[in-house]
This record gives sequence, structure tokens and C-alpha cells, in this order.
Amino acid sequence: MTERVAILGGGTGGAVLANNLAERLGPEIDAGDVEVTLINDDPDHVYKPVWLYIPFGQREPADGRRPLRDLVDDRIDLTIDRVTAIDTDGKELALRDGAGPLGYDYLVVATGSTLADEEIPGLAAGGHDYYSESGALALRDELLSMTEGHLVLSVVGTPHMCPAAPLEFVFMADDWFRKRGLRDDVEITYTYPIQRVHGNPHIAEWAEPIMGERDINVETFFNAESVDPDANTITSMEGTDIEYDLLAAIPPHRGVDVVDEAGLGDRGWVDVDKHTLEAEAAEDVYALGDAATTGVPKAGSVAHYQAGVLSQRLASEIRGRPATATYDGKTLCFVETGMDAASFVEFDYENPPSPAPPSEKLHWSKLAYNESYWLTARGLL
Amino acid sequence: MSTIDIEPTDTVDARGAACPGPLMDLIGRVRSASPGDVILLLSDNDQSLTDVSEWVDETDNELVAVDESDDDYGFYVEVA
Repeated sequence: MTERVAILGGGTGGAVLANNLAERLGPEIDAGDVEVTLINDDPDHVYKPVWLYIPFGQREPADGRRPLRDLVDDRIDLTIDRVTAIDTDGKELALRDGAGPLGYDYLVVATGSTLADEEIPGLAAGGHDYYSESGALALRDELLSMTEGHLVLSVVGTPHMCPAAPLEFVFMADDWFRKRGLRDDVEITYTYPIQRVHGNPHIAEWAEPIMGERDINVETFFNAESVDPDANTITSMEGTDIEYDLLAAIPPHRGVDVVDEAGLGDRGWVDVDKHTLEAEAAEDVYALGDAATTGVPKAGSVAHYQAGVLSQRLASEIRGRPATATYDGKTLCFVETGMDAASFVEFDYENPPSPAPPSEKLHWSKLAYNESYWLTARGLL
Repeated sequence: MSTIDIEPTDTVDARGAACPGPLMDLIGRVRSASPGDVILLLSDNDQSLTDVSEWVDETDNELVAVDESDDDYGFYVEVA
């Protein structure tokens, strides 16, 4: 009997997992004993870290897009469609376009994050973001022509993709305006929902003095309640108003609705065991990357490492052996601290991050990895 | 055993979540709550003891009780 693996989502987690399974289970796939299907509603794979550079005119959306078919092993069945329902009892997926439900024996939910600007009144009209292609392009139009005024970076929603990116944006903006002789005319303010500048206390402790040295205003305990696009103000639940000339916001994030409808979790995030990545609410269902509530950042490195673990676990299950591979929380991030310097952090469930001293070498390492990312998506790096 | 006699309007179970997850879960629920609602936040993270009270102090909401009688903490927050 053929064992069917369905991977829902072709982002970093889904693509790396598909390629890893093709390599690991190649003989079984070739023999027809295993089928791996990757379902994505976009024919392209999108590498989101490119978006941070778009507002500064350094990258284009096309730099972060490649056809999934070019990246995924030929042994993987690639289905471009949207899953409209998950039946975890009947082990079936309903497809928007495809004929009939798609059955599975093992399901991996890798549906990632979506933006929910509509949760904050006025945010869509008054704010910009670099967490989407369209947002990054619109922000670029504003930022490239900004020569004076108040630039506000507000972290509105948490958890959000790439927790370091808000820090990176203000560090880069500071350096970018400074190098162009405009910094005295551009005030920069950073807001964060809790009492420090980052969710992780070790990273916050590292970043806060840098913000002080760089004259970046900090407003903590700022949970945006509304934005007034006419008055150019953002107001917090705590009662603080900030006037802005340009608002770059990290919008609230959600997963996808089918997760909630299937009873797998809330707001589109799948409740999982943070070591095995098994869904808590259903048998033979797993989740990884942004979609999985493991408590670690919603970051590509997390999805990448989790995909390696899940590939081993699925191969063990399919071969009837005990699955022993577990995810230890490993996370790795380069953190830009300007236009030509970066730091680096690595941590897991047990070991906290200790940011490396910023250097030009780490900046180039980040850019080099962004280029070689396509090897990661192919399962080679 | 708890001696707190408050019937919460809603409960947020953030046990198992790493910091600042419990506080953010609470803030998320307060966003959609009505004035007078009492939200019970369950957390097993020691950091919540300072996170929650510091955030409530920044707002007009009120921390009406903290249950420390079991292994987990229970924070009762009345929404302004």
C-alpha cells in the first residue's frame, strides 16, 4: 500500500521538507511505495527576507521569487491549488480547484503567516509595511523620497515573522539617512508592545543601548489601538498618541483559517508538541515553521531546521521504526545593524542568544546567505 | 487551593508559552473585551508576575487578583 504524505504550503518549511523527503525516501518513492505531494496556492516560492531591502532600493521583489517547480525535486507531486478544508478524521483535504478530495496518511501543515491589517482600524490606510511585496514597494515609494520628518516603526502585532526585522529596519534607516546627511532632519521612533525593545530579553538588552547611541526614540508598552490616516497619528491602548510623517508598521499576523476550522489551533497557528512537531488535536498531523506554535521565532531558519527533523520522523514512521528525531528550538538569525554591518544570534530552547559584535563581515555573510538561500530551498544547504 | 472568588468573563490559557507570550495573549484578549469584563490569564512563567502588573499599570485596566496558590499563576484583569 502506498503511504501518502501531503505537505500543505510551499514556503521555506514546505519546500525544504519536500526535497529532504525526496532524498531520504527516494527508493520508496521510485518504487511507488510512497507519494509526497506539495500543495501551494502560488506557483512561485517566495523568500521573504528580501523584502527588508526593498524600501531602501536595494532589492526587487523578483529577487525573492522563483518557480516552485524549479526548486522542488521531480519526485515530488506539485499541486498548485488552495486547500479549503482539512478533515483530520477522514484524512482528506478539500481543494478549491482540483477534482475530489486529496487523501493523505500523513499531513504536514506549513501554511505560514498572513497579515491582518484590518484588525487595527486605520492601519491599512495610514501605515506601510515591508512584510509583503506590495507593502515593501509602497514603503519604498515613500522612503526614497523622504528627506525630513518623523519616521515611526511600530511593532503592532506579535508574534510576527522575523522578530529581528523591526530592529534591523530602524538601524538601517538610521545609518541610511545618516550617510546621506539627512539624519538631523529625520526623527526615528521605534515602538514595541512590551516593556523592552524586543521579546527576547537578551536581544533587548543588546539592542536598547544601540538605539540610545543612535538617537532612535523608543516607546515601549505601546500596543497600537488605531491609526488616524488623516491626522497622521497612531494611538496605543495605553493612551499614547504619536504623530508620524511615515509609519512603517509590523501588522498583526494570522495563520490560515482552515487550521481553526479543522480544530487544530487558534488564529491559524497549529498547537503542536514543540519537540516532535506533532499536532495536539489530530493523529498523523504535523506542523512546522510559522504555522507551528513552538514558541520560537517565526523565521526561515526555524522552518529549515524543523523540516530536517520532520523528514527524519516521517521516514521513521513510514518505515515502521520508532521516530527519535526531535527539534531542540534551534534558531539562527543575522541581524543588520546598519547598511554595512550586522550581528548574528544562535539559540535554542535551553540556550539563550548572545548577539555577536556587529561587523562588516557578518553583514556580507547575511547577504551571501540570502543569495545561497536557493540552495537551502532545494534541500542542498 | 484558590480562595479567589471571581468568575472571569473569559480565560486565556498561556501555560507553556515562553515570555512574552502570556502577556501578549492577555493583551490580545483585552483588545476584543468589553469594559467590565474580567480576563483570567493562566501562566506558568515567573516573568508574568512582573510583565502583567507593569503592563496593567500603564493602562486603565486593573489587576484585581493574582492566584499563586497552585503551580500556575492566575491573573484576574478587569478591563477598563
